Amino acid sequence: MAALAAQADALNARLAGLALPDGTGWLGAARAEAARRLAAMGLPGRRDEYWRFTEPTTLKAAEAAPAAIDRRVGAEAFAGIDCLRLVFVDGVFDAAASDDPALAGVEIEWLGRAGMADIHWAQGLYGALETDGQTPVPRPFAALNSAFASDGVLIRVTARVARPVSLVYRRKSDTSDVILHHCIKIGAGARLTLLESGPAAARFNSVLEVEVGDGAQFYHVRAQGRDPNRRAVTQVFARLGAAARFKSFTLTANGLLTRNEVVVELAGEGSVAHVAGAALGDGSFHHDDTVFITHAAERCESRQVFKKVLKNGAVGVFQGKILVRPGAQKTDGYQISQALLLDGDSQFLAKPELEIHADDVKCSHGSTVGAIDENTLFYLRSRGVPLKAAQALVVLAFLAEAMAEIDDPAIAENIRLRLESWLAEHDGAGAR
Amino acid sequence: MLEINNLHVKLEEEDKVILKGLSLSVKAGSVHAIMGPNGSGKSTLSYVLAGRDGYRVTAGTATLDGADLLALEPEARAAAGLFLAFQYPVEIPGVGNMTFLRTAVNAQRKTRGEAELSAGGFLKLIRAKAKALKIDAEMLKRPVNVGFSGGEKKRNEILQMAMLEPRMCILDETDSGLDVDAMKLVAEGVNGLRDAGRAFLVITHYQRLLDHIKPDVVHIMADGRIIRTGGPELALEVEQNGYADLLAEVQ
Repeated sequence: MAALAAQADALNARLAGLALPDGTGWLGAARAEAARRLAAMGLPGRRDEYWRFTEPTTLKAAEAAPAAIDRRVGAEAFAGIDCLRLVFVDGVFDAAASDDPALAGVEIEWLGRAGMADIHWAQGLYGALETDGQTPVPRPFAALNSAFASDGVLIRVTARVARPVSLVYRRKSDTSDVILHHCIKIGAGARLTLLESGPAAARFNSVLEVEVGDGAQFYHVRAQGRDPNRRAVTQVFARLGAAARFKSFTLTANGLLTRNEVVVELAGEGSVAHVAGAALGDGSFHHDDTVFITHAAERCESRQVFKKVLKNGAVGVFQGKILVRPGAQKTDGYQISQALLLDGDSQFLAKPELEIHADDVKCSHGSTVGAIDENTLFYLRSRGVPLKAAQALVVLAFLAEAMAEIDDPAIAENIRLRLESWLAEHDGAGAR
Repeated sequence: MLEINNLHVKLEEEDKVILKGLSLSVKAGSVHAIMGPNGSGKSTLSYVLAGRDGYRVTAGTATLDGADLLALEPEARAAAGLFLAFQYPVEIPGVGNMTFLRTAVNAQRKTRGEAELSAGGFLKLIRAKAKALKIDAEMLKRPVNVGFSGGEKKRNEILQMAMLEPRMCILDETDSGLDVDAMKLVAEGVNGLRDAGRAFLVITHYQRLLDHIKPDVVHIMADGRIIRTGGPELALEVEQNGYADLLAEVQ
């Protein structure tokens, strides 16, 4: 009982500074519903199995700890990529800094405005995938997000759109505590590429709900970086129709604490979901990839590819699960999580899980941790490549399988350059 | 060019002595072959010369054109003109073959104080050299050695050698895992690089490769030392009688 009371106190403390932003309309109802879900589950504590490797205290504290803004000058991620930029500053949409949100085949609206409309397509989506994603494992920060999100974008796609939509998060305040909630609905046969980048906030909580229709495609590439003091919890919920395709890649560099949850349901026959990440941490860096893939239909394919490069006491966590529901025959599931520890101080904690309730499936998983490959290093140096450049190439080679999950060559090149500049800034693999 | 004098080498982590007073003198323009049974220390010699970690030199010297090789980092040895064609070339996913070669060529040029090659100049050069080794554009684009057959890997080693233009080339069992056709291609590549200013040290188990790359001098190595030195006929003798007679002679 004492534990329960403590949990309720923690929740009340966290909620004290928050108010339901929109009490009316369908959105208000959805928010109230989310608040009830949150109250029922409470915020996670140390004893929570799902938070065993990641300490949630700072994420649930009443106040966000101030985080200095990284003022180094440098191009924003995805600069040079032709895309439609939507800019949020400290969690508020900035129309003046954004491109005109007009793109053929795409409907873009803001959360606040959509809530006023009686009939809106997002009604059936907002909080719906998040709600489904709460079983079998509760995700309280996602419910908190649905209840209290201050802004977000709603995107409906009805065509094969070539130009990516890029969500750019900028910070002006050292203490910004931001909750953003985005919903995306991709109609049958349509296609969208979504980019996300930027420092966002001192504390950032984001939810992205994506419904990928039959034969539709969704490509998602994120860059989390340039923000050494960030604390973030992000949640992606996706549901895929028949023959749909979902690919999500995240580059995480720096940040004090980052937990990226991805929850995907392969609901339609023959759908494909790939979730990948490359994380680079030096020093005070705790990075957690928590992935839950549900195979609910026949002949679906899922891949999880997560690679982490850690040094100077950085910590990497991977919790990845493949659940194959009864009847989801001919499932092809693959999961790999690997860490490259550049010194003896760093840590990688992995919890790969398979739960299979069908008999004709192929599921493989692997998790490894290792030091830099001396063989490769020597090979490169024997060709005249200096030590630091050789170490950087070995790290890139280690990350290659995750990088291969980015389909667009220009975007992949952009991410590769960011990796290279991080490695240069952090002295190659420099643990010698 | 390459002078090795009384070289003693043990494993760094174990009390195991591998080279026990090896001496060798290779002059510019010549091709030396080293043959010997398994475990005689042939590969260790090539690794120690190229600067691989894990070995400790306890006595002796090795110089390249008078410079103390053993004091240099592996990349500095490469820039000084040493090249080792690996027995087992390493696969490097995510790093394109062309990018890798350009990085290597330009790093060496930079170390030597030469101007870096332009992208266009490099491309022209590599295309010509790759063609001679029957390496197509696709192989140049692919990640280094990833998915290459045994023969392709060895040809890729020779391509690197051709691009880097080293003065002292060491080939460590380049013939292992090659069929006759692939061996001919590789040998042609090597023969094309023979000139008065360049020397080769060809390490092999079998005489076979030496039919295609004709050596000037043949050494027989056993138990960490050169036990016999002779002309090409020595290789034929080994091919016919095996190593047993030679080893017995020494003991």
